[in-house]
Amino acid sequence: MALIEARKISKVYRLGDIDLRALDGISTTIDKGEFVAIMGQSGSGKSTFMNVLGCLDTPTDGHYLLDGVDTGVLSRDELAEIRNKKLGFVFQGFNLLSRTSALENVELPMLYNGHSATERRERAVAALKSVGLEGREDHHPNQLSGGQQQRVAIARALVNDAPIILADEPTGNLDTKTSVEIMELFVRLNRESHITVILVTHEPDIAAFSKRIIRFLDGHIVSDEEVKKDETIT
Amino acid sequence: MINIPSTFKISFRALRVNKMRSALTMLGIIIGVGAVIAMVAVGTGASRKIAEQISSMGSNLLIILPGATTAGGVRMGAGTQPTLTMNDTEAIIKECPAVADAAPIHNGVAQVMFGHLNWSTGVIGTTPSLLVVREWDLAAGRSFTIQDVKSATKVCLLGQTVVDNLFGDQNPVGQSIRIKNVPFTVIGVLGKKGQNAQGQDQDDTIMIPVTTAQKKLFGTQFPGMVRIIVVKAKDAESLSAAERQINELLKQRHHIGQKQDNDFTVRNLTQVMQAAEQSTKVMTLLLGAIASVSLLVGGIGIMNIMLVSVTERTREIGIRMAIGAKTWDIRLQFIIEALTLSLIGGVIGIITGVSTAMVLSSISGWPTVVSPLSIVLAFGFSGFIGIFFGFYPAYKASLLNPIDALRYE
Repeated sequence: MALIEARKISKVYRLGDIDLRALDGISTTIDKGEFVAIMGQSGSGKSTFMNVLGCLDTPTDGHYLLDGVDTGVLSRDELAEIRNKKLGFVFQGFNLLSRTSALENVELPMLYNGHSATERRERAVAALKSVGLEGREDHHPNQLSGGQQQRVAIARALVNDAPIILADEPTGNLDTKTSVEIMELFVRLNRESHITVILVTHEPDIAAFSKRIIRFLDGHIVSDEEVKKDETIT
Repeated sequence: MINIPSTFKISFRALRVNKMRSALTMLGIIIGVGAVIAMVAVGTGASRKIAEQISSMGSNLLIILPGATTAGGVRMGAGTQPTLTMNDTEAIIKECPAVADAAPIHNGVAQVMFGHLNWSTGVIGTTPSLLVVREWDLAAGRSFTIQDVKSATKVCLLGQTVVDNLFGDQNPVGQSIRIKNVPFTVIGVLGKKGQNAQGQDQDDTIMIPVTTAQKKLFGTQFPGMVRIIVVKAKDAESLSAAERQINELLKQRHHIGQKQDNDFTVRNLTQVMQAAEQSTKVMTLLLGAIASVSLLVGGIGIMNIMLVSVTERTREIGIRMAIGAKTWDIRLQFIIEALTLSLIGGVIGIITGVSTAMVLSSISGWPTVVSPLSIVLAFGFSGFIGIFFGFYPAYKASLLNPIDALRYE
């Protein structure tokens, strides 16, 4: 059974009298442990697809099965629970709470699933350590560089042991050198912790870190291919 | 699962971040709660004072004064000429079925001496019935009797203030004092009554048999004349019946025709006082209601600031939803924030209200009573306001679409 299965997913936005088909019958499967990059121009539907995969948005048509469960029949709160337990989000704009320390930002997902205060703290410290931010626990986001902020966001995505990380243009706001460091972190998480990483990007250099590239155009999948090993190294 | 302690922590932090704004929002509640408590304290104090005066005056009381009330702007009666007599008093007791008892009063002011000390006080000449009518107990000794009245003996009952001024710590019963240089034997001490509705000290008085007052102290313009008659009706219901019966009886006894004005006036003091008590109660309600409006405005202030806060923090709400906050996690976060604002405001408001009441009574001398009930109510009500006015913003926040919230700039 595939970890993620999309069956003829469509998403239609009504703009006045015009129907805008952001997704038009997308079908694909992603297995556990994959590292997938979704590419395409802006407006190709890749971000909409990502939101559907993240249970942040519901498709107009079709079915999205996560771990064999059809998400279309779930309530708002059940979707929130799935996001909490199975999905970790990394955004282009980091989306950290600005007036809150790095540690508390990482603790945040555990506030919503009943871990004790000491357990939250221990796990958050460990998650920060695993992304190389040991000793920065009390720093606030505005005291951290872009790369460090994105590491905090990744620690936050990891802290609940979510099997899937969804990263929407995670390097979009970072310089090349930091981008490479962040991507290497994703590669390590995928290789060592067998976390399924799904990444949206429009940069071929970034997509090259993945093992599989799905290309979107006007709401359709136009190509879906494995990345050759030697390309990954460069 | 909702994590209440953490939610409280989140709320406190959010309030600390906007210190000025939180303080100003709280100020609305502080003023509201403070005003309610202070105003109700002033009102309760006033009505309690009146209630005390009513009970000290004696219940179901009628007072008959000589002289007429005005009719049509022209005084037709006998003015303030004395018209009431001892016989009127006895007739009222005998012939008015609604009357429980009646006592004549023939009074004046006199210098009282004991040893080298002297004191000027009001001397009331009356019958033993006055103690019944005024519901006045004796603190020591005994009362004078009908026999004392008949034979005009020189005995007296002293009010507490007179005792304090002439005897200090000595026991006055059995001692001899001089009233207007006439020697009297003290046979009893009256119980403490306190101030009356006009603020006079009711304990600054001496009671003697009415006949003694008429014959030996103050004299009369005609035999048997008294200044006032006080009457006690059988109960509250028979007050107006007693008033009517007395009117008819005295009209007949004083030979007053249908078209003529009365040469006496019957006053229902209990009614007057009860009306006063009623009006202070209405006043308390009114003051409380006006103050409640400011509490309501304070609540709207909370709602306003919470709505602003929800809008400002749309992105934060989006992030929280994306990482797993459920509907009630978001709602509770904002409700607890509003509740925290209103409860802290409530506590400070209670302190403000109680101290305002204390300052008011020490500056203006108004009696104020802060009842525990009004504190509990004010605190509970501010909590209710927090939840009530916090709910809509919280509800609005929980309905946000996570994607739209995340994209909000």
